[in-house]
Amino acid sequence: MNLAQLPILSIVTYLPLAGIALICCMSNKRPDLIRWTAFLTTVVTFIVSLPLYFNHDASTWQMQFVENVPWLQSFGVSYHMGIDGISLLLVMLTTFLSPLALLSTWSAVTERVKEYMICLLFLQVGMLGVFCALDFFLFYVFWEVMLIPMYFIIGIWGGPRRIYAAIKFFIYTMSGSVLMLIAILSLYFMMYKATGEYTFDILKYHQLHIPAATQFWLFLAFFLAFAIKVPMFPFHTWLPDAHVEAPTAGSVILAGVLLKMGTYGFLRFNLPIFPLATQQFVPFIFWLSVIGIVYGALVSLAQDDIKKLVAYSSVSHLGYCMLGMFALNVEGIEGSTIQMINHGLSTGALFLIVGMLYERRHTRLISEYGGVMKVMPLFATLFLMVCFSSIGVPGLNGFVGELLILIGAFKASVPFASVAMLGLLLGSVYLLWMYKRVMYGPITNEKNKQLPDMSFRELAYLVPILVFIVWIGVAPKTFLNKMHTSVTHLIEQVNAEKTIAKTMDYGTEHTHN
Amino acid sequence: MELSIPTINFSALYPEIVICAFALLILMWQVFAKQSQNVLGYIGFIGVVTALIMVVYMPSSFGSRSVVDTFNGLWVVDNYSRFFKLIFLIGTGLTILISIKYIKQEVMPAGEYYAMLLMATLGMMIMASSADLMPIFLGIELMSISLYVLTGYARTRMISNEAALKYFLLGSFATGFLLYGIALLYGASGTTNIAGIFSYIRTSNINNHIIMIGMALLLIGFGFKLAAVPFHMWTPDVYEGAPAPITAFMSAGPKAAAFAAFVRVFLEALPAMHNHWVPVIWWIAVLTMSVGNVIALVQDNIKRMLAYSSIAHAGYVLVGFVAGGKLGTPGILFYMLAYTLMNIGAFAIITYLGDVGEKRITVKDYAGLGFQYPIASVALSLFLFSLAGIPPTAGFMGKFYIFSAAIEAGYLGLAIIGVLNSVVSVYFYLKITVAMYMKTPETQVEGAKPALAFAPMLALAVLISAYGVVRLGIFPTVYLNLVQNSNLIWP
Repeated sequence: MNLAQLPILSIVTYLPLAGIALICCMSNKRPDLIRWTAFLTTVVTFIVSLPLYFNHDASTWQMQFVENVPWLQSFGVSYHMGIDGISLLLVMLTTFLSPLALLSTWSAVTERVKEYMICLLFLQVGMLGVFCALDFFLFYVFWEVMLIPMYFIIGIWGGPRRIYAAIKFFIYTMSGSVLMLIAILSLYFMMYKATGEYTFDILKYHQLHIPAATQFWLFLAFFLAFAIKVPMFPFHTWLPDAHVEAPTAGSVILAGVLLKMGTYGFLRFNLPIFPLATQQFVPFIFWLSVIGIVYGALVSLAQDDIKKLVAYSSVSHLGYCMLGMFALNVEGIEGSTIQMINHGLSTGALFLIVGMLYERRHTRLISEYGGVMKVMPLFATLFLMVCFSSIGVPGLNGFVGELLILIGAFKASVPFASVAMLGLLLGSVYLLWMYKRVMYGPITNEKNKQLPDMSFRELAYLVPILVFIVWIGVAPKTFLNKMHTSVTHLIEQVNAEKTIAKTMDYGTEHTHN
Repeated sequence: MELSIPTINFSALYPEIVICAFALLILMWQVFAKQSQNVLGYIGFIGVVTALIMVVYMPSSFGSRSVVDTFNGLWVVDNYSRFFKLIFLIGTGLTILISIKYIKQEVMPAGEYYAMLLMATLGMMIMASSADLMPIFLGIELMSISLYVLTGYARTRMISNEAALKYFLLGSFATGFLLYGIALLYGASGTTNIAGIFSYIRTSNINNHIIMIGMALLLIGFGFKLAAVPFHMWTPDVYEGAPAPITAFMSAGPKAAAFAAFVRVFLEALPAMHNHWVPVIWWIAVLTMSVGNVIALVQDNIKRMLAYSSIAHAGYVLVGFVAGGKLGTPGILFYMLAYTLMNIGAFAIITYLGDVGEKRITVKDYAGLGFQYPIASVALSLFLFSLAGIPPTAGFMGKFYIFSAAIEAGYLGLAIIGVLNSVVSVYFYLKITVAMYMKTPETQVEGAKPALAFAPMLALAVLISAYGVVRLGIFPTVYLNLVQNSNLIWP
């Protein structure tokens, strides 16, 4: 059997389960063994996922590494996995961030390590599954499954208000997704009426022509599920709670990968399946995105808790992703996708940094710090780099994404793009102001005088992220090339349907005359 | 006049005969061997397994679409009734496994307990196989009277006595409605046979008032047994008061039995009245789901919470019933199987953690148990997530089935109300996991032992249910085919 025949996507997705099985056999009394096993599992998963990147053929938009076997035949459910250029990058982001997030828990989580690691690995399975699934049923299963480990991560190892945050996270996400389930089922029977086939195959739905009025409602149901996940204004209220209460690794995964499931959902479902409704919804989503961008930035400005600040900055950043995506041109969507990766890297890194500060001082209040630069110079340098990346300073990754998004947005709508620019400005204000208050100035708090600089382990999980922050900033083509054909195809899909609809409208008018 | 004696095919009755024989055997064994309480449970379990095998393989292998009709049209063995019997027997088998430890620790007489359990099961099986309203009534009575006794079985506990009395009074009242309904249908059509009523209605005026009133009374009678709102008032008290294994039993088997009879009567005898009963049941379904879930939100006693949750689940099943069609009835069958497994599984853990005298029974008592009893807690979480309908569990597949039936039949609103209800339900199911994993115990539960002894039979019950819940959630193909073969109206 050669490499091409191996079900590599399934191997990558379920490899963490093997780690879970190993950990289950281990005694609670040996936390280090458990940590190493979990860490190595994620590293191996990352290594196994590398062939995905190198063997991916960027010249075609077709799904690759496809696995398709019947699952529940009477319902037409199949186990259909596959990735294109867009999901490839998100899969890689997941496998890349997971070991780093795990490393950050070494000293942060000391109680119930076994259960914690099981939850984290289980979460990884769910996330990878979401990005690989090409069957609605399978997708929905993964989509819901990952709620459970995240719920436990926030609820058991979180901060003081963890229970509230965990339940809110669960219920919010679930209320969106059950409506999506209804929409999926409606689509399913619609498909049957149109083609006589019972199937949940997502790719087949890309070819289904749905009347515009129906598209509107179905789009709305999917929109709710994904908008809550992204989260778009005004569905964002669960996010700050979840972020602030979650332990560091939880926040990293939440910001890094989980939120991308929402934006990914828009790209994979809303745009190609409901192209007419997509056009209809553009102004509406532009409004929400721009409000999210400015609102998120303004609220960040007012925070005195660093983690909350980063959490609200996510609302702002994800606003850019949505803005770029619904510009519906190549620049916009590519920018949006690359911005998903960027946000995963830089916000992930920011949460890691907040985690480092918190581990040292057990507080996240900005006022507790000041002058930290003097005792932690190395930390200060890396922190500043991450801030720059998040702000979008040229030469780093954030700039590439934001520039592309803004080019796309300007092509689509000048007023909205102009307001979004304001968000960029505010972004540099809240981050740099926070940086100034934490790092510069005299050391006002006695407790900060003895802070140790970064340890080797901390460097080990921050530096890989920085490598990619610079890489994407300097040579974005490496990553843009991977998705280019997929994105172009996506835009063709959106526009093709539009032309068909137009000719159909024309046709009916013609007969009326 | 020549009296013809119908030829009776006894092979269609073997599982029932076995259950009845084992019930009597237990009663006699108990007289002669006073000391061996556990053995009685094992005997009962063997009886259930034997009957289970017979249901699957006799008169022909399950899955083929054979229909055996005997006792002059009173008794029918089709896939539909066989699937329901499967559910009852699984429920009873699991209940017996749970009860072995319980009976011992509560020092209850075992003989009557297991005999009554089997008698109730017999009643349920009769309900599923009846092709006539009279045996349905007999079945309901046999089942209910056994249950009244079992509910009050914890004689020394006040709450158990209260529950039994309430159940008995309200139950007999509801049976009265049912019987009156049967009488009116008989009066109008001149027969109690389901097929006979069907052909009478088809050939006569469907706006016959006597039939309408009879149907309404039947609906009330069945509604009571299903614990559908607004006939649910007895449920919380009875579920709370009954011994925990009996609560587990009641929430699964008898409910399924009520559905078995209800669906058969309405789909086979009264399909012509479809337009009259669908809107009514639509509302009952909505009310049952919503009231069950919303009231469960504020419950502290876990048994009571699951009582309301069982009301809500009956509501989901009613959605499948309203939808009908070629997904509706199979959906009901699948859902009842899934519900039996997950609910009895949950009650098994609750019985286990409750300890002697069911001391640990409120949500607060569960604080911190997650790390004290890791395996029991993981299992309970699995069952709760399944009850909440999170994939990949049986509960999700069941809901998926029911709601796709509703959407296919065009009841979009009902489906949306249903899924939103399941979001509401998530909150109270999560409340238990929150207590187990995210809270630290405030005070030690009074009298509860620091460590509970391992109960092998109960563990077996949990294992079987957990396997079933995961199996039905991930690889349900075999069962999906079975339920599709068991469809009542689309043979």
